[in-house]
Amino acid sequence: MSAAVILSSSIYFALAALSLGLLLTVARILRGPTLPDRVLGLDMLVAIAIGLIAVLAIKSGFNLYIDIAIALSLVGFLATVAFARFILARGLSPEKDKGAGRLLPAAQKAKRGKPVRRTKKGAR
Amino acid sequence: MEGDPNMLTALAVSALLVIGSLFSVLAALGLLRFPDLYTRMHAASKAGTIGSGLLLLAAGIHAMDIAILVRALAGFAFFVLTAPLSAHLLAKAAHQAGYRLTNLSVTDQMPQAGPKSGNI
Repeated sequence: MSAAVILSSSIYFALAALSLGLLLTVARILRGPTLPDRVLGLDMLVAIAIGLIAVLAIKSGFNLYIDIAIALSLVGFLATVAFARFILARGLSPEKDKGAGRLLPAAQKAKRGKPVRRTKKGAR
Repeated sequence: MEGDPNMLTALAVSALLVIGSLFSVLAALGLLRFPDLYTRMHAASKAGTIGSGLLLLAAGIHAMDIAILVRALAGFAFFVLTAPLSAHLLAKAAHQAGYRLTNLSVTDQMPQAGPKSGNI
């Protein structure tokens, strides 16, 4: 096998694997029960997109794509920090029962009537 | 083989591509399969970082130019520096806001904040 064949086949393997990774991450974003899960999914999406841009830089030969990847990583970092501040400021308002571990259905139903105040720590 | 440094570079770039993409897809699989936010964060911030970093390194080696390689290494270093930072911020914010751990977890050594944790 020559060098070009090895390189192009591994490029196609990497493209397929990264596309699968993007699909799995989008499934987590759509399914994720709470807001921090979705924010983490967006962070992972940016990371996979950076890898995809690097593979495209190899495939197309334009080395300028690496600068675009660096800029995208900066934007993703700032977006995650902003979302973390927002989560900290918001608290857990509407989706309290969904995200908090696996509650039994009876306990979940019993908890749903209560106001925003949490019960004490041991009571799940 | 015929052109030896050419072949060597192609082999290195191919190995980095395959390993990096496998790390990325395993990180995405861990993000989908782990039970709660704090365990998902392990997959996303460790395996995802090393996957993207190896792919950037592959792009830098493939260019055969020292300026491009340094730029790719700078991107790798920046990504390695910022990904744990953002993951730590997100985990701390979620824990302080009151998102609880899964029932499978053994201990939580950090006392969880009360209901009034809304102010930054």
